[in-house]
Amino acid sequence: MAQQHGHTAHHDDAHGHDDGHDHGSFKSYMTGFVLSVILTAIPFALVMSGGFESRLWTALVVVAFAAAQVFVHMVYFLHMNTSSEEGWTMLSLIFTVIVVVIMLAGSLWVMYHLNTNMMPQMNHEALGIGS
Amino acid sequence: MAIPSDIETTFLFGRLNLHAIPADPIVWVTFVFVAIGGAGLLWLLTKYKWWGYLWTEWFTSVDHKKIGIMYIVLALIMFVRGFADAIMMRLQQVLAFNGSEGYLNAHHYDQIFTAHGVIMIFFVAMPFVTGLMNYIVPLQIGARDVSFPFLNNFSFWMTVGGASLTMVSLFIGEFAQTGWLAFPPLSGIGYSPYVGVDYYIWGLQVAGVGTTLSGINLLVTIIKMRAPGMTMMRMPVFTWTALCTNILIVASFPVLTATLVLLTLDRYLGTNFFTNDLGGNPMMYINLIWIWGHPEVYILILPLFGVFSEITATFTGKRLFGYTSMVYATVCITVLSYLVWLHHFFTMGSGASVNSFFGITTMIISIPTGAKIFNWLFTMYRGRIRFELPMMWTVAFMLTFVLGGMTGVLLAVPPADFVVHNSLFLVAHFHNVIIGGVLFGCFAAVNYWWPKAFGFKLDPFWGKVSFWFWVVGFWVAFMPLYLLGLMGVTRRVRVFDDPSLQIWFIIAAIGAVMIAIGIAAMFLQFYVSIRNREKLRDDSGDPWEGRTLEWATSSPPPDYNFAFTPVSHGLDTWWDMKRFGQTRPRATYIPIHMPKSTGTGVIISALCTICGFALIWYIWWLAILSFVGVVAVAIAHTFNYDRDFHIPADVVKTTEDERDRVLATLPAAQPAIQGV
Repeated sequence: MAQQHGHTAHHDDAHGHDDGHDHGSFKSYMTGFVLSVILTAIPFALVMSGGFESRLWTALVVVAFAAAQVFVHMVYFLHMNTSSEEGWTMLSLIFTVIVVVIMLAGSLWVMYHLNTNMMPQMNHEALGIGS
Repeated sequence: MAIPSDIETTFLFGRLNLHAIPADPIVWVTFVFVAIGGAGLLWLLTKYKWWGYLWTEWFTSVDHKKIGIMYIVLALIMFVRGFADAIMMRLQQVLAFNGSEGYLNAHHYDQIFTAHGVIMIFFVAMPFVTGLMNYIVPLQIGARDVSFPFLNNFSFWMTVGGASLTMVSLFIGEFAQTGWLAFPPLSGIGYSPYVGVDYYIWGLQVAGVGTTLSGINLLVTIIKMRAPGMTMMRMPVFTWTALCTNILIVASFPVLTATLVLLTLDRYLGTNFFTNDLGGNPMMYINLIWIWGHPEVYILILPLFGVFSEITATFTGKRLFGYTSMVYATVCITVLSYLVWLHHFFTMGSGASVNSFFGITTMIISIPTGAKIFNWLFTMYRGRIRFELPMMWTVAFMLTFVLGGMTGVLLAVPPADFVVHNSLFLVAHFHNVIIGGVLFGCFAAVNYWWPKAFGFKLDPFWGKVSFWFWVVGFWVAFMPLYLLGLMGVTRRVRVFDDPSLQIWFIIAAIGAVMIAIGIAAMFLQFYVSIRNREKLRDDSGDPWEGRTLEWATSSPPPDYNFAFTPVSHGLDTWWDMKRFGQTRPRATYIPIHMPKSTGTGVIISALCTICGFALIWYIWWLAILSFVGVVAVAIAHTFNYDRDFHIPADVVKTTEDERDRVLATLPAAQPAIQGV
């Protein structure tokens, strides 16, 4: 069908017209590039210089920069916006984020809770068995 | 966990040697029957020179209709195998009382219950549902094919590849003895050192590629290829449920794949993701596999909810009650199905907060499902119900499924689950929803859409015989299991001590025999219908006074489905066309652009299956060779530019004129359609 672009004479409907994608421009690619360099350099410098007093804060800040980096990549390199493909791209992104957050947060919560209902004598770590 | 190396491995054949053939007379007898049957089939195909026909018209076809039919044929074949496992288990549990060991040893019995579960879910229910979606969805949205026709063919053959690996395990080596989800540490290399779990892993991985790709394909088809005017809220309910099912497939099957990859690494490379030592955690596998596993049950049931919606509306002659609420209920279930997975392991050790959260979400998910039941009931209320076979299956579904749903809500209460978890009560519950929901839905769909696929209706007499044996047989077979479960009998038990339980297993076995008669009657129904096809012929293309677009075209539809893309002006597009007396368009026909058949899908899948077999048996050279083959054929296929052709306008004209001629011979007075 239309997806199968063979080299036949009938492909007046091939490329070259607006197919709902945003292909980006030189400026948008440059913006994305500069932003991602900055977002890489700051956490890198932070870790190289030894980080904050609290290791937790260092980790959180680095993760926050990583999240911003993901966002920059999606907007400037993957051309995500609310209008392309009649909003389907955005909708699938939102769905993906929801599902991934459920899976990750849920798994962490479930695994953290794992031994709550175990019998006391099975608490191996307290008894020094294993690990 | 160290990998034991006491199993002899040669370079040429890996672990494969003559000891791989099971030393079990039951398997030998089965092998003899399968060999004779298979040889007979091959001889027939050769004698009547059907090989060429099958290859060019079916195996290499990229037509969504033929692929859909092939999926369902695969499902029916595997269904017979899965049911044979079921009846063997029933017989074993009847015999193994009063000191008797029954007729199956533990090694064989454990393989049977594992194979039964794996086959029924992955190779019966999944292909059946995928086949239905493949056949019906493009017709319902007025498309000529799916978005990626070649990919569709490839997906089908990958599913066949996975099914073949599972079947081969019966005669070469063994199948897993772990239960259908292969929980570690039992499925780890330490406790399952031989090839059973490897068959399980590679069978599912090969088939999983097919499932995921077919999910992507149908998802894109529904989003991008709907007829003009068919907005989201004008899509038939079956298409809506198919959309949600494919979203679930695309979002959840990668989790299964990744989980199995981790198990593979544990087994092949000695990593410790799911072992008990060196920081591994088997519970992580259970957590991950159910993150896939719970959406999976909604992948199976949602399309059948769509089928029941179509059938209820058609056979009551009314538009579906609460279409919008039906759509929102489906979407709600789609999202909620990701929030309930822990109810499969309430007893794992989590605290009250985790268990009550997942218990509550499980109860919440029954609300949209209940809303659907009420929508169907309100559609039937004061309708002119025609109790033809599809409608009979629908009513049987509603009665059976509600019971299964209620025992499900009972199991959703964590303290109650602690009492009956892992018992036959649970087994009865999920058979209640899967047979009562998925299978009854598939049978309803087959009876409903068979005339569309083949141009004649199914024989009602044998259909009713099958229906009554199935429905009564189901209740007789599974109600005793509820009782046994409440009495504390756990699942997967081979030998029993308490003789007072035997009577319930005998009753369950009688039910299984009734189901067997129901299955036989169904195949007889197909045979009788094909024999009497002239008498059962339907030329109108719309034998049930249907409402959606698949009934607008001829039965079976031409290769191109619609000579002109239909335009939708509202819900129930075909009903509107009939109501407003819209005539068939007869403008100048134009050539129709179609994808060309290709054997590449068959070849790549065959190579993938060989690769899987080689990995199971540690035949590394063959695994590398076949994998390189897969990549090479895939790359070579990208240089094949001869992928499409045009059906010439005069061929379209001949086909459509013939259709006009047939329609003109029909009684002019179509049943009067009241405006509804």
